Amino acid sequence: MTETFISWGMDPTWAWGVATICGILLIALPLMLSVAMIIYADRKIWAAIALRRGPNVVGPFGLLQSFADGLKVFLQETIIPTSANRGLFLIAPIITFTVALMAWAVIPFNSGAVLADINVGLLYILAISSLGVYGVILSGWASNSKYPFFSAMRASAQMISYEVSIGFILIGVVLFADSFNMNEIVKAQIGHGLGIVNAFGFNLLLFPLAVMFLISSLAETARAPFDLTEAESELVAGYQTEYSSMSFALFWLGEYANVLLMCTLNAILFWGGWLPPLDWAPLYVVPGIIWLFAKILLFFFIFSWVKATVPRYRYDQLMRLGWKVFLPISLLWIFLISGYLMLTRYS
Amino acid sequence: MSTIAHLIKSFTLWEFVKAHALTFKYFWKPKATINYPFEKNPLSPRFRGEHALRRYPNGEERCIACKLCEAVCPAQAITIEAEPRDDGSRRTTRYDIDMTKCIYCGFCQEACPVDAVVEGPNFEFATETREELLYDKAKLLANGDKWERAIAANLAADAPYR
Repeated sequence: MTETFISWGMDPTWAWGVATICGILLIALPLMLSVAMIIYADRKIWAAIALRRGPNVVGPFGLLQSFADGLKVFLQETIIPTSANRGLFLIAPIITFTVALMAWAVIPFNSGAVLADINVGLLYILAISSLGVYGVILSGWASNSKYPFFSAMRASAQMISYEVSIGFILIGVVLFADSFNMNEIVKAQIGHGLGIVNAFGFNLLLFPLAVMFLISSLAETARAPFDLTEAESELVAGYQTEYSSMSFALFWLGEYANVLLMCTLNAILFWGGWLPPLDWAPLYVVPGIIWLFAKILLFFFIFSWVKATVPRYRYDQLMRLGWKVFLPISLLWIFLISGYLMLTRYS
Repeated sequence: MSTIAHLIKSFTLWEFVKAHALTFKYFWKPKATINYPFEKNPLSPRFRGEHALRRYPNGEERCIACKLCEAVCPAQAITIEAEPRDDGSRRTTRYDIDMTKCIYCGFCQEACPVDAVVEGPNFEFATETREELLYDKAKLLANGDKWERAIAANLAADAPYR
C-alpha cells in the first residue's frame, strides 16, 4: 500500500504512516462490524440449540439486534461508583479493548496480507494476550466491590494458567513450521497431511495439540465451560458488574474481538489459515480471505456450540485441567514432537 | 480394565463428543417457543387479565357500588366511594384499582353480583411509570368499552360451568 501512496507523489515517510493508518482502519472497522454480527450469531446459535428463536425482531431475522443494543448502551449514562478508583476504573475497559485489537496486527488474512509482517508474530500474540489480563484485574480492583474483585482474581489465575499450556502447545506448532512468523506458519502447512491436506491438525502428532489449543482458547477467552469469571449465579456479572454504558460496551466488544482472535488463531495455527483445505489447484481460485473467514466462522460455531452444551466447570476443576492435565501433556508432546523431528527432519 | 476404559473415554473426550452430537441434533429441530408478539397462545375464557368495568347495552354502568369486591379483595387493591346519583340510583363516584397491588386472583369478579367488574383477556398493559398503573373509574370503564366483545364472549363461554 505504501508504494501506491508514494506513486501519488507522497513523501515516503508520510506514505508509510498513511498506509499503516489505512491498514489499521481496514482491519479494525470490519472487525468491529464482524464482532457485532458474531454477537448476533452467538445468540442465534445458542437459542437454536435451546429450541428458542433468539433475536428476530430488529431488522430482517433480527440481523440489526447488535446495533440496536450498541445504540442503547451508548445512550446510557456512564455510572462511576463513588468508592471506585476513577482513573483505573475508566482505563481498564480501554486496555481490554485496545489489547483485543492490537493482536490483529500480525494476523495474515491472505498470502502476505499482514499489517505487521514481523518474524516473531506468534510471540507478539502471546505477549499481547497476556496483557489482556491487566484490563480484567484493573477493572476488578478499581471497582472496589467484592464480586468484581473475586472475578478479577479468578480471571487472572485462569488466564495465566492457560497461557502456560498455550505457550507449550504453540512450541509444537513452531517446531513443525520452523518459524514464528504467522505467514510462514500458514505456508508450512501446504500439503502437510498426506501431501494433500493443508492443515497441521491432520498430523496425528499435532491433532491432540489442536484439540488442546481449542479447549485452552475457550479458557483464555473465558467462554463456557470456563466462564467462571462472570459466573452470574455466583458473581453477578463478574468484573463488569459495576460498569455501564460505553465502558461496558468496550468490555463487550473486546471480549468478542478476543473470541474472534482465538478462532482465527485456531484456524491459522492448525487448520491452514488462508489456504484451502486441500492442496488442489482449482481450490486456490477462491481468494484466501474467504477460506480464512469460513474457517473462523466454523470455529466460532464450535465456540457457541460448546457454550450451549456444557455446564460451567468448578474452579478447582479448571485449575486441575490447566495444571495437571494440559501442562504435563503439552510438555510430553513437545518432547515427542522434537524427538520425531530430530529423527526425521534433522538427522 | 475399567480404569483403562475410563482413561480412553476421558482422553478421547467421549462424553463431550456425545453431548455435542446431541445438541447438534437439537440445533436443527423446530423451535419450541412461539414467535410471541406476532403469534399468541390461545387463552382460556377464564383467563384473569386486566380489569374492566362493564356497561349495560343501553350504556348504563353496571356497578351498583355494593363494595363486595372491595371487601373481598385480599390485596386491598380496590377503593370505592359512592353516593346517590341525581336520579336516585346508587352509583360509584370513585372506583380505583391499584394494579401494582392486584394479585389477579379474580375474587372481585366472583364477588360481583352484576358482572360489572371483570378481569378481561388483556395481559399486555405494561407501562413506563408506576402512576399509570393506578387505574381510576374512567380508565376501567374505557377498558370495559374496549374489551366488551371479548369479555362478553368469554363470560358466555364459561357460563355453562358456573
